[in-house]
Amino acid sequence: METEKKKRVFRCDINGDECKGCGRCVIACPKHVLSMGTKLNKMSAPYAVYAGSGCIGCGGCFYSCPEPGAITIVEEVQD
Amino acid sequence: MADVVKFAKPAGFFDTFVRRPGPIKKNMHYCPGCGHGILHKLIAEAMADFKIKDHTVLIAPVGCAVFAYYYFDCYGVSSPHGRAPAIATAISRTNPDDVVISYQGDGDLASIGFNHILQAANRGENMTVFFVNNAIYGMTGGQMAPTTLPGQVTQTSPWGRSVEETGYPIKVCEMISQFEAPVYVERCALSTVPNIMKARNAVRKAIQNSMNKKGFSLVEFLSGCPVNLKMNAEQMNAFLNEKMTKFFPLGVYKDVADERAPVHHPVPTFDREKVIETLYPQAFDHAVEDNFRYKSPVFQKECKVKISGFGGQGVLSLGHVMAVMGKLRNFNVSWLPSYGPEMRGGTANCSVVFSHKHVGSPQADYNCDLMICMNQPSVDKFLGQLSPKGVLVYDASTISNPPTGPEQTVYGIRASDIAAEMGNQKMANSVILGAVIQMMQECLMNEDEKDDLDRAVEAALNESFASKPELAA
Ligand SMILES: Cc1ncc(C[n+]2csc(CCOP(=O)(O)OP(=O)(O)O)c2C)c(N)n1
Ligand code: SF4
Ligand code: SF4
Ligand code: SF4
Ligand SMILES: [Mg+2]
Repeated sequence: METEKKKRVFRCDINGDECKGCGRCVIACPKHVLSMGTKLNKMSAPYAVYAGSGCIGCGGCFYSCPEPGAITIVEEVQD
Repeated sequence: MADVVKFAKPAGFFDTFVRRPGPIKKNMHYCPGCGHGILHKLIAEAMADFKIKDHTVLIAPVGCAVFAYYYFDCYGVSSPHGRAPAIATAISRTNPDDVVISYQGDGDLASIGFNHILQAANRGENMTVFFVNNAIYGMTGGQMAPTTLPGQVTQTSPWGRSVEETGYPIKVCEMISQFEAPVYVERCALSTVPNIMKARNAVRKAIQNSMNKKGFSLVEFLSGCPVNLKMNAEQMNAFLNEKMTKFFPLGVYKDVADERAPVHHPVPTFDREKVIETLYPQAFDHAVEDNFRYKSPVFQKECKVKISGFGGQGVLSLGHVMAVMGKLRNFNVSWLPSYGPEMRGGTANCSVVFSHKHVGSPQADYNCDLMICMNQPSVDKFLGQLSPKGVLVYDASTISNPPTGPEQTVYGIRASDIAAEMGNQKMANSVILGAVIQMMQECLMNEDEKDDLDRAVEAALNESFASKPELAA
């Protein structure tokens, strides 16, 4: 019998080529799992990167981001 | 493992921005961190969630959001600066089932187009206004806006906005919420996440009001222009939350949508027959075919007529009758009364232009073909505008020896005296009309045309005087 509540896992996918590096998502994230990278994208803008874990799927970065498709938040579900 | 998408590019946006010129087709044209982008996302999300893309019309302003139609997968119209509420009014009235969004900046809404937004709000048009207040003219490079804060440095207030010189920031929500008609007015800030989430609710509420035909909703968004204000993301949020909210407090200023019944504005007619019936009420008996053309050479070019006299002599009515005669004979006509202060007892005048082609300028102020003068000051003022080969018709009861040129044709009619003899001096304008008709028949027309002119005069008199309220002057 599985009694322990499963921890939900979320991920912040940043499309580097659609990010303009404004930094709004970085300051919006309550878990501090976003930061500004050092590489430049196709538009020659720096872009935000996700730490790889720790996202709680709150969507704060998504709504703070002015770019339509730079951020996608997904939940990783075990099937 | 499977990925379930929680937040992604809303379907209210086109997937690829094919209308945007140049190689970048997935990003918008806004600067990094611009508040317009944040708001666009909220609108696109609401349009998709409410499934209204196919009957939403977004009016884009002049300002940085001028290219909004590159991005939103709905209908759109681009507006002249500040005039979006007028266009939104027309669209909303003619398409009452559509969701009409007027998207405007602070320069656009609160400066050049301020009267438009006030009137639309006061009429309670069924529309949603999204008002982006970034305290600056963003698009033109950072000039002072009506919403610029006191002391704020801009390109046109390099020492900081001085309230002694340019007054205080204009508080749009506070003003609009004072009107009776608007149903929902709220101010939000596109800054930190909690404020953006409130803005998201406001966007949805305003759009739902439009969907429910509740009338006029306006949401103001304090919004970042980080490039012109030279701020990073953190400074921008702090400016919005701490500085701007001091002058522009956030919150709901009015919300009576639940108490209000859906609005009903008169719906215009699009039926061609009905429009013709309204514009040309009794013309059909005497009207001519669409391809009818007078053959007389005099009508081959545009004819400009100037009629002038003392206010009260019926100068405007005379011009109107002549214009209607032309209209009934398939001319393109214009009738341009001058409503200057001189109308109150000085020289009144109007211009009438007839043409088989499009009328260029409706103003007859040089090279007039026919000049009708009904008092001496009119001769003094306007005779110089008669073409060297033009025709002058004047009231010889009050005017003597007008200084005409050698090639001008001159008819002096004792119009006021004749009218007085007939019992009413006010009919001097009709006497002049009779004289003009006589002159045209004798000088310009063959027998068929004369008969037709008689019919046109009768019809024009009917149309001008039978059903119309009395014309001024
Ligand atoms: C009739 C007219 N006057 C002036 C301009 C120049 N103009 C273009 S955008 C703009 C100001 C826009 O400011 P705002 O409405 O605040 O929009 P923002 O770019 O800040 O979003 C002006 C004055 C114009 N395009 N048309
Ligand atoms: S969804 Fe929330 S927790 Fe996850 S990265 Fe974005 S802001 Fe951080
Ligand atoms: S908010 Fe969007 S555009 Fe700005 S840095 Fe983050 S992902 Fe990039
Ligand atoms: S100038 Fe200001 S308002 Fe215009 S796109 Fe750039 S940041 Fe946005
Ligand atoms: Mg602005």
